[in-house]
Amino acid sequence: MEKEVSKFKSVFERITGKVSPEYITCKACSRRALKDVWERNLSICPTCGKYRPMTAHSRLRAIFDEGTMKEFNQDMITTDKIDFPGYEAKVKQLEKKTGINESAVTAEGRINGIHVVAVVLDTRFFMGSMSSVVGEKVTRAVEFADIHRLPLIIFSASGGARMQEGIYSLMQMAKTSAAVEEFSEHGGLYISYLTHPTTGGVTASFATLGDITLAEPGALIGFAGPRVIEQTIGQKLPKGFQRSEYLLKHGFIDKIVPREQMKQTLYDVLKLHVDSRFTRRMDAI
Amino acid sequence: MIRDSLLEAEKIESRIRELRAEGKNENDQELLLLSIEKAKALRPCTSLTPEDKVYLARKIERPHIDDFIENLFTDFFEQKGDHLYDDDPAMYGGIARFHGIPVTVLGHRKGHTAETSAKYNFGMAKPEGYRKALRLMKQAEKFDRPIITFVDTPGAFPGIDAEEHGQGEAIAKNLAAMSRLRVPVISVVTGEGSSGGALGICVANKILMLEYAIYSVLSPEGFASILWKDSSRHGEACAIMKLTADDLLDAGVADEIIQEPLGGAQENPKRLYGSLDMSLEKNLSHLMQMTPEQILIDRKEKFRKIGAVSA
Repeated sequence: MEKEVSKFKSVFERITGKVSPEYITCKACSRRALKDVWERNLSICPTCGKYRPMTAHSRLRAIFDEGTMKEFNQDMITTDKIDFPGYEAKVKQLEKKTGINESAVTAEGRINGIHVVAVVLDTRFFMGSMSSVVGEKVTRAVEFADIHRLPLIIFSASGGARMQEGIYSLMQMAKTSAAVEEFSEHGGLYISYLTHPTTGGVTASFATLGDITLAEPGALIGFAGPRVIEQTIGQKLPKGFQRSEYLLKHGFIDKIVPREQMKQTLYDVLKLHVDSRFTRRMDAI
Repeated sequence: MIRDSLLEAEKIESRIRELRAEGKNENDQELLLLSIEKAKALRPCTSLTPEDKVYLARKIERPHIDDFIENLFTDFFEQKGDHLYDDDPAMYGGIARFHGIPVTVLGHRKGHTAETSAKYNFGMAKPEGYRKALRLMKQAEKFDRPIITFVDTPGAFPGIDAEEHGQGEAIAKNLAAMSRLRVPVISVVTGEGSSGGALGICVANKILMLEYAIYSVLSPEGFASILWKDSSRHGEACAIMKLTADDLLDAGVADEIIQEPLGGAQENPKRLYGSLDMSLEKNLSHLMQMTPEQILIDRKEKFRKIGAVSA
């Protein structure tokens, strides 16, 4: 890998002797911008405004007050549960490529001072699909929020079940839903934040169990994938089908929140709950 | 594939029925020979591949929820509709007695003919079906009735209206609500248990699987389509998915396997009803000795443990 890089050393590097800055090209307008600019702009194209998926860590950095984040269960290891050909190798390869070891990152931190638990799914890792580790990390994060009476925020983004883990993947739906339900019974606040794409087993479990459901503009949200539906009914789907705006119209989402307003909106909702006399027992503040 | 052996056995069986109709009794030489022929034809069924089991699990002659209710329960009172929007014919259920005890019984409905299969949408429920199931289960809890569910679906229905009415939300609500029920829940996977559509009525204290039933994250066709963009490779998918009753027992999902007659339940349904009845009775009386709190914890722990992760 290192050899290849040196072979294709850029003009910038050859002249200055420094590592060339990393650029990212927008898929919509084909303009490129510095990676740091994208990061600071919440992965929104500075030129055309198109969203790129946020990595789990950049999402957490964007919502948490600086220096307040503490990540949970970073060392949980994904194992090959059903002897699926090539699974372990693929996991290793993605680990190396993305720098994360699973599609769920879970953490505690503060949003303008309010202590919360947050879960983010990262689509770079097996399309954010639900593995045993994802189910376990989500469940433990919910249990942590329950024990410490903290509000819970989950940013979903997932292709659904992790096929390579077979039935174990399916069972994570039951496990995570059970944890969320118990948390809810105890009076816990859960804000479900749907991002592109949220489908399959994640939609049919914790993603649709929020007290408050927010979504990013234009996100694909559904149970069955569009391709499967088209094949089943033998016709083209209407424009905008299964997008955030469509779900809002059909009554499944409270609000579509542009990314620039993410932290403020979360804070506003949290504040309303923290101040309520019914949730005074929450230890979030 | 065992398809040919089963067809052969079917031919012999129809000849046996003809002879019986003519008044021949068990001592008749031809009948005796034919029954030996039939046993021979079914011999390949003693060792089945996962793909064979998928074939059996989907067989249209296989007993479905209607048959189980008719043969294992009495006084069935059907309850219809989610009382919100619609009645989903793919989800069937109501109140009945099992060994005299009032229970709530529900499950995916499938037909035995092309016509009834289509009428019940091949067991593919819509959100209205899951909400009907939820209504029935919440009522069961209110009146302290145990719940028995029969699982048999290729998956929840993937359609425009199903999505617009919140297929994902409906299933999620069932998972959440079932996890907190304070009455015993027993699920029987009778045919194909595929994806969230199966799980949506299968968060149970005890999960029984018929010997040739399957239970998987997705249908083999869907699995092949997602992984290899080619649903025709479903045979390959069957081989690696670990979807047979034995696999599910190993995974800690299934608690018990109900043995089926050679060649599948349809070969001798009465015998299957007998063993299923015994197992249901045993499991139910065990669960009914537990307190509501114990029942809830028992179910929670079952699912909390599946696919446990270290660290």
